[in-house]
Amino acid sequence: MVAQDAHDPHGNDPHAHAIHAHAAPTSFIRKYIFSLDHKVIGLQYYFLALAAVFVGMFLSLLMRIHMIWPTANLPLIGEIKPETYLSLLTMHGTIMVFFVLTTAPQGGFGNYFLPIQIGAPDMAFPVLNMLSFWTTFIAFMVILAAFFVTGGAPLHGWTGYAPLSALQSAGPGEQLGADLWITSIAIFCVASLMGALNFITTVLDLRAKGMTMMRMPLTVWAWFITAILGLLAFGVLLSAGILLLLDRNLGTSFYVPLVVVNGQIMGHKGGSPLLWQHLFWFFGHPEVYIAILPGMGVASQLLSTFSRKPIFGYKAMVYALMGIGFLGFMVWGHHMFMSGMSPYSAFAFSIMTMAIGVPSAIKTFNWLGTIRGGRVRFQTPMLYAIGFVSLFVSGGLSGPFLAQPVLDIPLHDTAFVVGHFHLIMGVAAIFGMFAATYYWFPKMFGRMMNEKWGRVHFFLTLAGTYAIFMPMHYLGMAGQPRRYSQFTELAYLQHLIPLNRFMTYAAFVTIAAQFIFVINLFWSMFKGPKASDNPWEATTLEWTTATPPPHDNFGGRTPVVYHGPYEYSVTGAPKDYVMQNDPATVTSH
Amino acid sequence: MGQADLTMEGHSPGLMTGPPFAIPTKKLAMWLFIIADTMTFSACLVAYGFLRNATPDWPRPFHGMVNVALMTFILLTSSLTMFLGVRAAKAGDKAGALRWTMITALAGIGFAFLHIREWLGLISEGMTLFKNPWGTGLFGSAFFSVTGLHITHVIAGVIALIVVGMRYKGGRYNADDIEIVGLYWHFVDLVWMFVVPFVYLLNLAH
Repeated sequence: MVAQDAHDPHGNDPHAHAIHAHAAPTSFIRKYIFSLDHKVIGLQYYFLALAAVFVGMFLSLLMRIHMIWPTANLPLIGEIKPETYLSLLTMHGTIMVFFVLTTAPQGGFGNYFLPIQIGAPDMAFPVLNMLSFWTTFIAFMVILAAFFVTGGAPLHGWTGYAPLSALQSAGPGEQLGADLWITSIAIFCVASLMGALNFITTVLDLRAKGMTMMRMPLTVWAWFITAILGLLAFGVLLSAGILLLLDRNLGTSFYVPLVVVNGQIMGHKGGSPLLWQHLFWFFGHPEVYIAILPGMGVASQLLSTFSRKPIFGYKAMVYALMGIGFLGFMVWGHHMFMSGMSPYSAFAFSIMTMAIGVPSAIKTFNWLGTIRGGRVRFQTPMLYAIGFVSLFVSGGLSGPFLAQPVLDIPLHDTAFVVGHFHLIMGVAAIFGMFAATYYWFPKMFGRMMNEKWGRVHFFLTLAGTYAIFMPMHYLGMAGQPRRYSQFTELAYLQHLIPLNRFMTYAAFVTIAAQFIFVINLFWSMFKGPKASDNPWEATTLEWTTATPPPHDNFGGRTPVVYHGPYEYSVTGAPKDYVMQNDPATVTSH
Repeated sequence: MGQADLTMEGHSPGLMTGPPFAIPTKKLAMWLFIIADTMTFSACLVAYGFLRNATPDWPRPFHGMVNVALMTFILLTSSLTMFLGVRAAKAGDKAGALRWTMITALAGIGFAFLHIREWLGLISEGMTLFKNPWGTGLFGSAFFSVTGLHITHVIAGVIALIVVGMRYKGGRYNADDIEIVGLYWHFVDLVWMFVVPFVYLLNLAH
């Protein structure tokens, strides 16, 4: 029903305007603000995520400062109190997971390049696409508002565990701030569901002639599977969030048993905090794959392009993506080993979790197999793609440890877990975004980013993130708990303070290095050298069109696809790559 | 085929390869919406089942089945009238399609009326979202959440049926759109077939 009005701002008969709807919008508002063009919407998502990542990064900086100087009096902010520290980690986690890791790879790059890579003129439902972005934007504003209300931002972490999250009197941030937090998440769920529906429909229905499913670039496969995960996961979080709002404001007790807060018996009775954990993690585990799968797609695309070799095991890569997506829904219980679940359940969740290692390893070895023997071009996008693989392995290897209840019980709620998920879902996904930015920047803005500063940014960020997150594994094993606002007083953690200090210094350097990226991004947008239409000599359809692509992506013509996405170094071809829309019949390799 | 111009008008329809399994774009989107909504409903029903299992003093307050049987009968019949509407639309019988669609909407209104009357009856007996005279307050929480989510879908469906029907009459929408809103309506009916045993039959007094 929405689609009916797709290109029809006046509500006229759809057939009457079909002839002139091709024209690009001319007014500023239709062109840049309430745009229906998937490319503009993609950039809107991207810049929203860019703003969000700086908010999230600033919060993490405050946390790192507080961890080693707990009583420091910071300019403008003052001393960080324990409850403020809890607010910081809650908002850092929520903003990063939802508004960065979910928003930029899928909403940003997916929106911009999925339709072009399959040869479509736009998404299937442009109005819905616009609504998805603006709904996400509203969700972001609502969550930011939580900082400014009485009591401040919530304390319950990004996982929002009840009963802490379900009681207004549980802490200073658990008043209006927590309501805003849940409302923001619920709005975000709706936005993500609209986006997921649009992505899936576009992939299934709008592929150009010859673009069979098995000729789609792996980026498209990754966005497609991610959309399916989103479609199945966000509805559950939406329900869970609405029930939580009822608990907080209308006196129900879904998640709250009989509790006493500050000596007062609360009115709630009979509910189960475990119910929230089940519902949340049924969403939460697929969510981490929503964050990382697009990065896997980008890494596959780039490793093949910059090694001048076809991707190793295309089909295996596709099935591995599906396998990871499928298993992602079977393993939520591994976040709850501490909840006193039956050992048999824990065993089942443990086995399923370790099974994810199989498709993950298939992907990793195929990436390595792709580089092996290639004529590798070490340009910045490639460096980031290799960095992605490195972080994926480093972060992934601690997964099998945490997947076993017997090891998870001592490691749970320690810095070990923080190190694990930051490497694999945080930094690896962000490396995917950096790779995508350096790779597609020439197509998006018609200019090249600065190569030298790109490399400086890469090496500082790689070394910096490893220096921050690797020591967390050791700290966790040594017993440093996560989410504790102050531990410098504890005697048994004294010997860990120097290491913590080193990590904070590493964070200073890494955060400073991100300004190199931002300056490079904006400077290159206006001053970078002009890019050709296909600067990386890649094969997929976005490199066959003008730079930046016209309103309908291919300037009136519709591409016809003759080849798979990674035909590099094809014997008998005039160049070392064959574009997907090249009608030449050379296909062997 | 029409599906390309329904969604991508002005973008040279016909140049696409055509959707797989011949599912038009809007219909596919409705199926995907139904999948997502199934997850939303499932989460609510699972929450209810989880709490019911974990609560020893779960009340079973329902004495008669007359009202819920009548509601079920009306909703099931409305699926039949919806089917007749889609069949008429496919056969090009505009008047018939419009008539059956509106009868379906009327049935939806009848269902909503009976349901709200039932709610008011329970409320007058002292049942709220967080307490009731029969046992754990969770019963009211679960009952109102699950049936509330369903009745919201019924009311949205009635509005959608009327809007699509009027636009179909005005020539903006075609038989496909009647079928698509029909899919949604059957889905709402199907959900009710889960609500009846879980929320009503399981809570019948011994």
